[in-house]
Amino acid sequence: MSILVNKKTKIVVQGITGREGMFHTEKMLEYGTNIVAGVTPGKAGQTFMNVPVFNNVFDAVRETGAEVSIIFVPARFAADAACEASEAGIRLVVVIAEHIPVTDMLLVKNFLKDRGTLMIGPNCPGIITPEECKLGIMPGYIHKKGSIGIISRSGTLTYEAVHQLTGVGLGQSTCIGIGGDPIGGMNFIDLLKLFAEDDETEAVCLIGEIGGDAEEQAAQYIKDHFRKPVFGFIAGITAPPGKRMGHAGAIISGSKGKASDKIDAMERAGMTVIRNLGDFGAIVAKTLRG
Amino acid sequence: MNIHEYQAKQLLKEYGISVPEGGVAATPEEALQAAGSLGSGKYVVKAQAHTGGRGKAGGVKVAATPTEAAEFAKQMIGMTLVTHQTGPSGKIVRKVWIEKATDIARELYLAVVLDRTAQKLAVIVSPMGGMDIEAVAASNPELIFRTHVAPGQKLWPFQAQKLLCGCGLNAEQMKAGESIIRNLLRLAWEKEASLVEINPLAVTGAGDLIALDAKMNFDDSALPRQAAIAAMEDREQTDELELEAQKHGLNYVRLEGNVGTMVNGAGLAMATMDVIKMAGAEPANFMDVGGGASAERIAKGFEIILSDKNVNAILFNVFGGILRCDNLATGVVEAAKKVKRQVPMIIRLEGTNVAEGRAILEKSGLNFEMASSMKEAAEKIAKVAAAKG
Repeated sequence: MSILVNKKTKIVVQGITGREGMFHTEKMLEYGTNIVAGVTPGKAGQTFMNVPVFNNVFDAVRETGAEVSIIFVPARFAADAACEASEAGIRLVVVIAEHIPVTDMLLVKNFLKDRGTLMIGPNCPGIITPEECKLGIMPGYIHKKGSIGIISRSGTLTYEAVHQLTGVGLGQSTCIGIGGDPIGGMNFIDLLKLFAEDDETEAVCLIGEIGGDAEEQAAQYIKDHFRKPVFGFIAGITAPPGKRMGHAGAIISGSKGKASDKIDAMERAGMTVIRNLGDFGAIVAKTLRG
Repeated sequence: MNIHEYQAKQLLKEYGISVPEGGVAATPEEALQAAGSLGSGKYVVKAQAHTGGRGKAGGVKVAATPTEAAEFAKQMIGMTLVTHQTGPSGKIVRKVWIEKATDIARELYLAVVLDRTAQKLAVIVSPMGGMDIEAVAASNPELIFRTHVAPGQKLWPFQAQKLLCGCGLNAEQMKAGESIIRNLLRLAWEKEASLVEINPLAVTGAGDLIALDAKMNFDDSALPRQAAIAAMEDREQTDELELEAQKHGLNYVRLEGNVGTMVNGAGLAMATMDVIKMAGAEPANFMDVGGGASAERIAKGFEIILSDKNVNAILFNVFGGILRCDNLATGVVEAAKKVKRQVPMIIRLEGTNVAEGRAILEKSGLNFEMASSMKEAAEKIAKVAAAKG
């Protein structure tokens, strides 16, 4: 088991013939991801690494039964692509692009909600179920199949955490980058609910950062409902207020969004908080193995 | 992106929201003229800088005559305004806004803000205007009224009335307030703002509602299609090095410490700053070079980090992932050769071709030390930084 995607999941890549699309499709295929279709308007009939290309998602779904989409089109086309996937009946869209306007994302969220489509991202590395399905831009080789679920707002920070976990022999069930934008698809709580139901996942790591209150909300949810061990990490203890730290959503506004508040909330919820990223793998291993 | 008060007031006016009559001035002469054209009465001279708390820092003054207004303008133009929001470096004042003084009976608060928790726009109203809304939230949370509006949804009259009912307005003022809220929502949506705040929204002695101060922040990702808003950018309000970094696609934020950092990815960059601090040193900056950092971009990043004279050591932390470490190492070596000032570096590389990357660095003759983990990197850099004092 795993959540959201596994080796059988049929995937369509939107923007498969673009530079990013080609590069990452190759990496995903190498990993063993079940990519059944690609979409680029005007390129129907072509193939890329033996994957058939269609003009639109509707054709791709009809011909191949694709059920999950990953979008590699540039930011200004990404919102449209996500809505197209949803209208075509895709169950889950993964949006990698950064710099999609917030107003577009608000509209996309409503559009997808009306059609029951789930979304991961934008501005995220994607999802990986190790040794089964790599649906994103993360390096596959650092992952190992196992029982730790990971939900994170950051890309390379997650790679670091995963690398350390794998290093101490702890594999992962599914790792999800939910993205660094203020408005996004599935959040910590949505994914915790899925991990709660997943027998293979024994513990979960929440990797957050300054800005917003998603971590505080998640901590409250964990305290009230979630019964598996949860580890928390927050980046940005040294971040100054009022400054955007790379991610659009990583900003302390007034007294809101501070790392210390998030850490306090996590500790109050009974989570094991890892303060120093250098200790990540060691602390998780020690806690779980006693 | 932030804009100045005078620009925000111009936008409010375009959207049918009353603001005091006024003009902008870049010189005392222009100030004299601007005040003179406003007729008799008192004038408020306000320094234009991207910060709150201007009043306490001497950036807001009331003048009795146009000559006095020009005098205040002379004091303000060219000054660096240091407030609790700007940090010690402050914000330069190049212009002042001069407006007719308003006869204020009461001050309200009104804002439309992107609510991340609700993932919707929120309208916030309070009868406690003129003060920091966070202070009100702490002292009188019951006096903050809030409602959410989803995209495509209108604000229903009952919602507006519910928001305003704690503000002690008469029937006519309620109607005016409702129209202001509606217009502010339209502005926020059409111009893609993440914050439009009128604080205070004054009730005048004559009973009118008028926006006395305004703060706006716009979605950077939307600026390419919001030309009129993008044109309002005042680059002088941003740190010089941060601007230079932006030009090269680097995310850079200057801090107070002396350990420079260069990292790929925003989250890892923040976590790297944090481990430096935990190891007992102070980070000098945040820098995210992005995923596909080229040798040129890395070179530029080095130059920017070293332009900060406080920097006496650099921690380079790259989790290559699908980036190849040998390419990165080449970038670092080329960059370090171009930049004249040499400081000790701790380099931590992880990812594909890490051995080749190390070999390139070792052959380069640069003053660096490798670290094999984040923990080791932080400990090493703290030691180096401490030795440098």
